[in-house]
Amino acid sequence: MSAAAPLEREHDMHLLAQMLRVRRFEEKCVELYSAAKIRGFMHLYIGEEAVAVGAMEALEPQDAVVATYREHGHALVRGVSAGAIMAEMFGKLEGCSRGRGGSMHLFDAATRFYGGNAIVGGGLPLAAGLALADKLQGRARVTACFFGDGAVAEGEFHESMNLSALWQLPVLFLCENNMYAMGTALEREESETDLALKASSYEMSAWSVDGMDVRAVEEAARRAAAEVRDGSRPCFLELRTYRFRAHSMYDPDVYRSKEEIERWRAHDPIPALTAELRDAGLLGDADLQELERAAAEEIEAAIAFAEAGTLEPVEDLERFVYAEEPLA
Amino acid sequence: MSAQAVKLTYREAMRQAIREALLADARVFLMGEDVGAYGGCFGVSKGLLEEFGPQRIRDTPLSESAFVGAGIGAAMGGMRPIVEVMTVNFCLLALDQIMNNAATISHMSGGQFQIPLVIRMTTGAGRQVAAQHSHSLEGWLAHIPGLKLLAPATLEDARGMLAPALADPSPVLIFEHGSLYNAEGELPDGAGAVDIERAAIRRAGGDVSLIAYGGTLPTALKAADELASAGVQAEVLDLRVLRPLDERAIVESVSRTRRAVIVDEGWRSGSLAAEVSARIMEQAFYELDAPVERVCSAEVPMPYAQHLEQAALPQAQTIVTAVQRMQGAGG
Repeated sequence: MSAAAPLEREHDMHLLAQMLRVRRFEEKCVELYSAAKIRGFMHLYIGEEAVAVGAMEALEPQDAVVATYREHGHALVRGVSAGAIMAEMFGKLEGCSRGRGGSMHLFDAATRFYGGNAIVGGGLPLAAGLALADKLQGRARVTACFFGDGAVAEGEFHESMNLSALWQLPVLFLCENNMYAMGTALEREESETDLALKASSYEMSAWSVDGMDVRAVEEAARRAAAEVRDGSRPCFLELRTYRFRAHSMYDPDVYRSKEEIERWRAHDPIPALTAELRDAGLLGDADLQELERAAAEEIEAAIAFAEAGTLEPVEDLERFVYAEEPLA
Repeated sequence: MSAQAVKLTYREAMRQAIREALLADARVFLMGEDVGAYGGCFGVSKGLLEEFGPQRIRDTPLSESAFVGAGIGAAMGGMRPIVEVMTVNFCLLALDQIMNNAATISHMSGGQFQIPLVIRMTTGAGRQVAAQHSHSLEGWLAHIPGLKLLAPATLEDARGMLAPALADPSPVLIFEHGSLYNAEGELPDGAGAVDIERAAIRRAGGDVSLIAYGGTLPTALKAADELASAGVQAEVLDLRVLRPLDERAIVESVSRTRRAVIVDEGWRSGSLAAEVSARIMEQAFYELDAPVERVCSAEVPMPYAQHLEQAALPQAQTIVTAVQRMQGAGG
């Protein structure tokens, strides 16, 4: 056995644990939505966890993250506390956005988590700007920008890709291609369905990755992030993935077949990694139970935190429409 | 001798303000379409590329959404961007970023992020550039909580509004009416920051309040001159700040004069003039001797032909007529 093996096992266990806590967190969110504890729009990441978990491994604390409205997993993995996320969805003051944003607008300055943007494509120009600030201030940072295949049809995608390549901005574009823009299949929305090919026309490195394989995602994200950080230039990854659940809690999911969903479920990244580690003798029942227990404990604590949270006083409704603190 | 007067144009006053901001803070940069090599579509940034270089005077592609959004992101990343959108007409292509990001992120994040961004844009009609280049959409943008809107109508404001706008932790939009760039006047040498909270009385008078901003201020002043020769003393109130409105100044002026005419180059329906009128009714109804009048642009896409364009725009004579009508109606 090589000396690296225990470290590798430890890292694989970490990846598995991260995917599992995102999965279990969102499964609980479904229950809480049914119980009307969570309201509004809620978009689940179930099936896509390997993307956020793998990609975040490539980021440093000083890097920035711009995400979409399907961002519970990204926030959790980035290090926003489960309690603050849950409290946000409960609409509580203790939420990571004081209960003003809800599921789609998780923000956290401490982890440089710039939202939760619910306009498809709306986060890309923002990411270009964060990267421009780094470039102008000589900071070797990465701005990781997550978005879906639907965003690729938006003008803001093309404008931001062009600007980032033109100005060599350190943005890591992470396209989570789950094959559907809400209910519209990729081939019904894109003239060119090879999104990496499309991105490469902007003169930046771009390639596709199996987004159901967490280690493949991590490896690609590390390579891409190094290119962004060290080369101070943008890079694009297409992460081919699939959401097992409907687009949102309102979606009857009539635009794709049960068979297709089942075919993709066979590639579920969590059982895949679990089986692999088991087969290699690196993961036993007790280990798995421990991972499940830790996830359950964290989620229960998050719910308790959210339940115990308070409502922002209505008198504060208009606070922060304009910034309250003078500029530094 | 700092009080010595210097003759200059509105355009030069604006350029001085930008230059001063660039010299004062290394985090300030200017970006927009043709701000560099071309010198600015309206010549405002002429010479700045040579002085400050392409890192700080950044020519952008024709991607309003991307470069306005990049301005928001750069502001959140610690910079102090001045984004120039060539004209208000093109800001429609960046409205998602202005409305959904710049205006919401502070509130929606529970106050975690500041957006010290300034967006400058030219506005208005009067140069025969037809429907798609003649909009006055200040009223639309003034509808949006989270934004501050400034309309410098004088050299002093062109010179002095930028610095406090950049020092503001919230996004500020500055509207420069295209007809004002060649306006000439004198400023004291060393003129600097002005307040960006209050409206200003540009001419005192006790008989009627003419409430104007930006490009309609010269029109209102001209009307006041004509009225004076007919013995009517009009007070001209320059709103200066379109959001948040200086309600107190409006109410105080109207309470003195008991009559108000609002002059607004926007279309009447749902206009800034409608908002000012509503506030007067809410807060100074019993001070009024006559119903509030509005002189706005005709509700048509701006035509090219000069006589039609002039017919569509607020004119001094229309204001005079409105005042005379009120004099007849009032007590």
